[in-house]
Amino acid sequence: MNGHHGTALLDLSGVKKTFRTPDHKERTVLEGVDFRLAEGEIVALLGKSGSGKSTLLRIMAGLIRANGGTVLYRGQPMTGPARGISMVFQSFALFPWLTVQENVELGLEAQKVPRAEREDRAQEAIELIGLGGFEGAYPKELSGGMRQRVGFARALVMRPDVLLLDEPFSALDVLTSETLRGDLLELWDERRIPTKGILLVSHNIEEAVSMADRILIFSSDPGRVRADIPITLARPRDTESAVFRQIVDEVYGLMTAVARTGTAAGEAITIGYRLPDASPGKLASLLETVAEPPFNGHADLPALAEVTELPDDALFHLYEGLRVLGFARLAAGDIFLTPSGRAFAEADNDDRKEMFAEHLVRSIPLAAHIRRVLEERRGHRAPEERFLQELQDYLTGDEAERVLEMMIAWGRYGDLFDYDYNTGLLELPEDEEEDEEGDGEKPPAADAG
Amino acid sequence: MRLNPSRPDYTRPEIRPNSWDALLLPLVFALLVLLAYGGAQMTTPYNIGTPIPLSLDPSNLPYYLLRSALRMAAALACSMLFTLVYATLAAKVEALEKVLIPILDILQSIPILGFLSITVTGFIALFPGNLLGVECAAIFAIFTSQAWNMTFSLYSSLKTVPNDLIEAANMFHLSPWQRFWRLELPWAVPGLVWNMMMSVSGGWFFVVASEAISVSGQTIMLPGVGSYIALAIAHRDMAAIGWAILAVLGGILVYDQLMFRPLVAWADKFKFDSLPGEQIPESWLLTLIQRARMFQAMVTLPGMLWDRTSGLLRPRDKSAFYRQPGPLLTLPAWLDKVWNVVLIGAAAAALVKVGFFVHDEVGLAEVGRVFMFGVATTIRVVVLIALASLIWVPVGVWIGTRPRIAQNLQAVAQFLAAFPANLMFPVVVMVIVRYHLNVNIWTSPLMILGTQWYILFNVIAGASALPQDMKDAAGNMGLSGWLKWKRFILPAIFPSYLTGAITASGGSWNASIVSELVSWGNVKLQAVGLGAYIANATQAGDFPRIALGIAVMCLFVMALNRFVWRRLYMIAAERLRLD
Repeated sequence: MNGHHGTALLDLSGVKKTFRTPDHKERTVLEGVDFRLAEGEIVALLGKSGSGKSTLLRIMAGLIRANGGTVLYRGQPMTGPARGISMVFQSFALFPWLTVQENVELGLEAQKVPRAEREDRAQEAIELIGLGGFEGAYPKELSGGMRQRVGFARALVMRPDVLLLDEPFSALDVLTSETLRGDLLELWDERRIPTKGILLVSHNIEEAVSMADRILIFSSDPGRVRADIPITLARPRDTESAVFRQIVDEVYGLMTAVARTGTAAGEAITIGYRLPDASPGKLASLLETVAEPPFNGHADLPALAEVTELPDDALFHLYEGLRVLGFARLAAGDIFLTPSGRAFAEADNDDRKEMFAEHLVRSIPLAAHIRRVLEERRGHRAPEERFLQELQDYLTGDEAERVLEMMIAWGRYGDLFDYDYNTGLLELPEDEEEDEEGDGEKPPAADAG
Repeated sequence: MRLNPSRPDYTRPEIRPNSWDALLLPLVFALLVLLAYGGAQMTTPYNIGTPIPLSLDPSNLPYYLLRSALRMAAALACSMLFTLVYATLAAKVEALEKVLIPILDILQSIPILGFLSITVTGFIALFPGNLLGVECAAIFAIFTSQAWNMTFSLYSSLKTVPNDLIEAANMFHLSPWQRFWRLELPWAVPGLVWNMMMSVSGGWFFVVASEAISVSGQTIMLPGVGSYIALAIAHRDMAAIGWAILAVLGGILVYDQLMFRPLVAWADKFKFDSLPGEQIPESWLLTLIQRARMFQAMVTLPGMLWDRTSGLLRPRDKSAFYRQPGPLLTLPAWLDKVWNVVLIGAAAAALVKVGFFVHDEVGLAEVGRVFMFGVATTIRVVVLIALASLIWVPVGVWIGTRPRIAQNLQAVAQFLAAFPANLMFPVVVMVIVRYHLNVNIWTSPLMILGTQWYILFNVIAGASALPQDMKDAAGNMGLSGWLKWKRFILPAIFPSYLTGAITASGGSWNASIVSELVSWGNVKLQAVGLGAYIANATQAGDFPRIALGIAVMCLFVMALNRFVWRRLYMIAAERLRLD
């Protein structure tokens, strides 16, 4: 693809990864992934959470093994964690009982580097990343930003060829993450670290555009690379410049396009559809925000991200929720409300619930299925396990639970069904059971007041 | 070198002693001398039948206390060793996990005191002509009271090491050995230290109970506080009992100051994040140790040697990749199935064997009778836990919601839990005899005398951890009286209360063996119950009946755990967590 930079550090072709569901079915997380990290480049991997990008990162780190395809590091097949690859974790993953110095030395100690050399190298890394004076501190004495600096020092002290960054800035506040990002890029651009290539997993589009030479966009179910966008702007990049904004816009557009592939509007989704992580309350407020000025029903996604102050990851789940329910359409980095979306934004709470329920039954097969089962069963209730088992035909155990939980939140909001936490039973809402023998449909007049 | 001159050098320890050393080193030497002296006394020649001279003179008590304390220390060391090996194997080797964990579950519910007379014969045979055999039997009894909960704690810690730390360890290529010492054990330290404390606190009870051992019709009395008390009871010497109580209090205090304060303060650094407002534990001894320069240098010396030499043992690995990390040993699927069949077969065979043994030796009618005894003791345990809860929950909440009082009384309650309640038995016996009280009812409180404190201090801990904003909210809504207890306080403290109640219940079962059959001089009081049955069988040296009694008690305890406590625990864990 983008081979102008020298030899390949990491070379993946046709990589596949499957996990077993509890009832021994296979679920494919990654399929046919081709990827190449060349010397001298920073590559960012963007995708929704759950798209398998973390799994891919761990395959490259040698922490887990792929089921198919080849993974080469400097031309050699990967058989375990490679000596030249270091990783920085989202949660820092520092050892709380070791001081900063001991944390940084740990990897060297494991390699049996003699004590004196170990200390000098650790000291060097600590100074390099701006932690001088904190050698004797324990991680819990440090702020989040300083902790992640330890994470970086610990990775850099190994003098890695390849640095794998697993959302290293997402647990930090905006200001801190910007500073740390800037410091890392400075070290990289001035070649003060021996690292030859960096792979960054992120869900923050601006972060990716400001750092990477190349952005890969990942789609889910199963995860694969959908787009490859080179960025040739010189660093440091001015995030306010028109060119920068344009690239951000373009990436947003591609992300929404990717979000639609597989479950494009109009294409039927199944019971196993993975509901996005989008609480009904948030969906409603996002709809309102888009409906109101200045957007008036049509918003540019980066602008919307700024107004809502939500992380990109959360926003894409909300967009997907609105889209799949038929309240909005997405195209080229923009979101448009549909007529029913506008009506929803203008309606009062009771009407909203009714509209939500209507859209649920029409658009989400799982919702319709649950409702149908409850209506048919005597007593109008059913245990959650029943639906969990059905979902597990399509999803892993954890994911099935998450989806059902989300479904229950949506169903409760729309008054479609109710759920008892203590007994684990789904049931029809009480006021409906009384007129169940009637026509089942509530007279609209009763709700308007 | 880019070393900053103002930065302390962490590498080369300074050896010159400082003034802290002057304080610490005499203390350390004194401890070592006592250890050596007491240790030498443990291995003197001894033949069964020769009585060991014991005297009720209080001036002997410090020596007896030393002997008892050493037994405790030896048992603790054994428990630690056992824990490290057993828990690690169970956590790392899947095939063994299936066997080791159920066994541990059973061991935990076995009444230890019933054991003593069975094991002592074996230990005496192991060291003929030496006191060490009897010592080992006593140490073993204390060990069995300490080891299981420590092992469970380490096992569950090893199973819950955070995934990102495991990945970091893999990424930095720690060997399994390094991983254990650098990641897994440190992660387990806070839980382990807490459980050690619980173990020692329960251990005093068994120190007192295990020093006077009856074997083949005669009683061997090891020099120690427990034997001193047994002697005092036989001689109806109330003053001596008083002295013994003082001595035990001293022993508990020494253990607390020299061992647990420093350990708890040290373990704090292994915790992930200290919560704001949480008291950081302190210990004068730990501060002393950390400031004493020469002592520090001596402590780091072995570490440095280890460091130097371990590098020589294995050449530096130059290959580009490391071995893929994974479980230590996984059996192939077919072998795993065979293993399962073997295990089930062994369990079935053991069951049949025990069935025949009991049937041949004691008969089925007796089994039925023993079950009835079990029911009697169960009723006692349940009623007493309920009564103790009624008293201590309100008291604990009252204390726990007053931070300043709580801090002082928390320590007192822990101290009381460590106090061996069997020291108070003579007093109760005298009262019962004096006022002709019903033995079946009035010996019962003895069972819970020592264990009720677990309820109290867990409730205090739970109540002092109530979030301030929840308390404010309750006040703001005007919650008061029963409504406040029902809707706020009781659910909020339930998880901690449960921890206390489970410990108290387990301890009470054990205590039933010494409390359903008590004596004062020639007076013997006996209640109807499983504890008295086992105690009688033990005194008579009747092995089949001991075995039957222990097995039935085991069954009752396990049933109670499984069907009552575990269920409640699940509810607490799922619904009443404050986070």
